[in-house]
Amino acid sequence: MTTPFYVSPQQAMADRADYARKGIARGRSVVVLTYADGILFVAENYSRALHKISEIYDRIAFAAVGKYNEFENLRIGGVRYADIRGYSYARNDVTARGLANVYAQTLGTIFSSGGEKPYEVELIVAEVGSAPEDDQIYRLTYDGSVADEHNYVAMGGNVEQITEQLKRHHREGLTLEAALKVAVDALSRDGVGEKRSITASQLEVATLDRTRPQQRKFKRLVGGRLTRLLGEAEPAAEPAEADAEGAAETAPEATPETGEE
Amino acid sequence: MQPVTIEAPHGTTIVTATFDGGVVMAGDRRATMGNLIAQRDIEKVFPADDYSVVGIAGTAGLAVEMIRLFQVELEHYEKIEGTTLSLEGKANRLSQMIRGNLGMAMQGLAVVPLFAGYDVDGGTGRIFSYDITGGRSEEHGFHSVGSGSLFARGALKKLYRPRLNADDIVTVCIQALYDAADDDSATGGPDLTRRIFPVVTLVTEDGIRRLSSEEVGEIVRAVVDARMDDPNGPTAPLT
Repeated sequence: MTTPFYVSPQQAMADRADYARKGIARGRSVVVLTYADGILFVAENYSRALHKISEIYDRIAFAAVGKYNEFENLRIGGVRYADIRGYSYARNDVTARGLANVYAQTLGTIFSSGGEKPYEVELIVAEVGSAPEDDQIYRLTYDGSVADEHNYVAMGGNVEQITEQLKRHHREGLTLEAALKVAVDALSRDGVGEKRSITASQLEVATLDRTRPQQRKFKRLVGGRLTRLLGEAEPAAEPAEADAEGAAETAPEATPETGEE
Repeated sequence: MQPVTIEAPHGTTIVTATFDGGVVMAGDRRATMGNLIAQRDIEKVFPADDYSVVGIAGTAGLAVEMIRLFQVELEHYEKIEGTTLSLEGKANRLSQMIRGNLGMAMQGLAVVPLFAGYDVDGGTGRIFSYDITGGRSEEHGFHSVGSGSLFARGALKKLYRPRLNADDIVTVCIQALYDAADDDSATGGPDLTRRIFPVVTLVTEDGIRRLSSEEVGEIVRAVVDARMDDPNGPTAPLT
C-alpha cells in the first residue's frame, strides 16, 4: 500500500496563491482613481466587446483583471445581487460594501475549497458618493481578502511600477483630463520603466460621475470624446517618444475564454 | 356567489402620438376609487429605460408594480448583455408580463399599459398597445388607453397630422387629454389652482425628456385660454 503524498496546509495554500498570482500578473492592467467629479476607470484592453470595466448599479462599478470567464461570472453575480436588492428594497440599499462582502465570501470559499482551482482574478468594486469624501474603492483579491483603498489603485501585471507612478502624480481634485493623463501615463510604463504609447483604441475608459443628472452614474468614454480627452491632456510637450510600443515587453493577455456573448 | 367589488385606485387616460423624430406620451393625474377621487397628482407615465416609456391604465397598485419590475428587467438585461433590448423585444417582454396578470384581470384587477419608444435601429417613434391577455398590437400615428380614451382618441383623430413637430404634438396631446377630462369623470383635467398638470414625456434620439411643470403649464394655459372662447376646442375643417 502506498502512503499518500503529504502536503502541509501551509504549502497547499501557498501553492494555490502562487498559481492565482501568476495568472493575474500575466494580464494587462487596470487603474482606478478618484477625480474631482467621481471615480475614473482605465484599462488597457484591445477588445471592444469583452469588457474589464462594467456597471453594476446606480453608483457602483466593477473592474477586473485575470481570467475573463471567471470575472465575468462574478460580474453577472454582482449585477444580479444588486438588481434583486434594489428591487426588493430600495435603490439606495445597494451598496459597494455589501457587494464587496458578497464577492469576498465567494472568492474566499473558492480559494479554500479543496476541489476547485482558485479564481485567477482580482476585482475592484467602487462606489461614487455625493461628495469626494464619500467615494469608496474596495479591492478584492483571489483569496477573498478585501482592502479599502483610497484615491487610486492598480491591479494586473506590473502593479508596482504603475502604483509608484500613480502615487507620484495623483492629487485630490484632479480634472477628468488630468486624471486620465495620470492613469494612461502610469499604464504605459512597462516592466523596465520604459514608456510606450497607448492610443485611445487600446483603452477601455469609464467614469462614475456624481454630476450626471441620471440616476445611473456610470458612463463609458468612447470614440471622439475619449480621443479629445486624451488629446487635450497631452500638449505638444509630449513628443511621440516610444512608437515601438514596447512590443517585447508587453506580456500576452491572458486569453479571453470563448463562448461568451 | 356574489361578485366581489374591489375598491382599489384606478388609473385613467393616457395618450401617445408619434412625430418626426420621436414619440410623445402624456397622462392625466387623477386616480379614482369608485366615485371618489383617490389621488389628484398620481403619475401614470414612466420611463421604462432611456428610450421607451410606459403609460398605465387599470389598477394602479398592480400596474405600478408591473412597471417597476419591467424597468428592472430592462436595466438588468442591458447590464448583463452589454447592449439594450430592441424596442420590439421590450414590447414582447411587457406582453408576457401582462399575460401573467390574467388571473387578476379576470377578477377585475386588470392592468392595460401603453408602450412607446424610440426605435434606435429604425430611427422612428413607435407605439404598442395591449389587451388584458397580453395581446400586443403596433399602433400607427397615435393611440390612447383608459376610461377617457374614447374621447381622447376622437380628439387625436381630428388634430393629429403626421408631420407635426414636437411642440405641436405636445399641444395635440394636451388638447386630447382636455377632451377626455371634459367627458369622462374618471379623468382629471389640468388643475390650474394647484398647478397639477399632465405628465408629458418626449422620447427622441437623445433619449427621454420629461417636460417640466413650467413647460407643460405654459401649454396648458394656452389651451385653457383658447377654450374660454371656444369650450369645445379647435375645430377641424369639414372637407
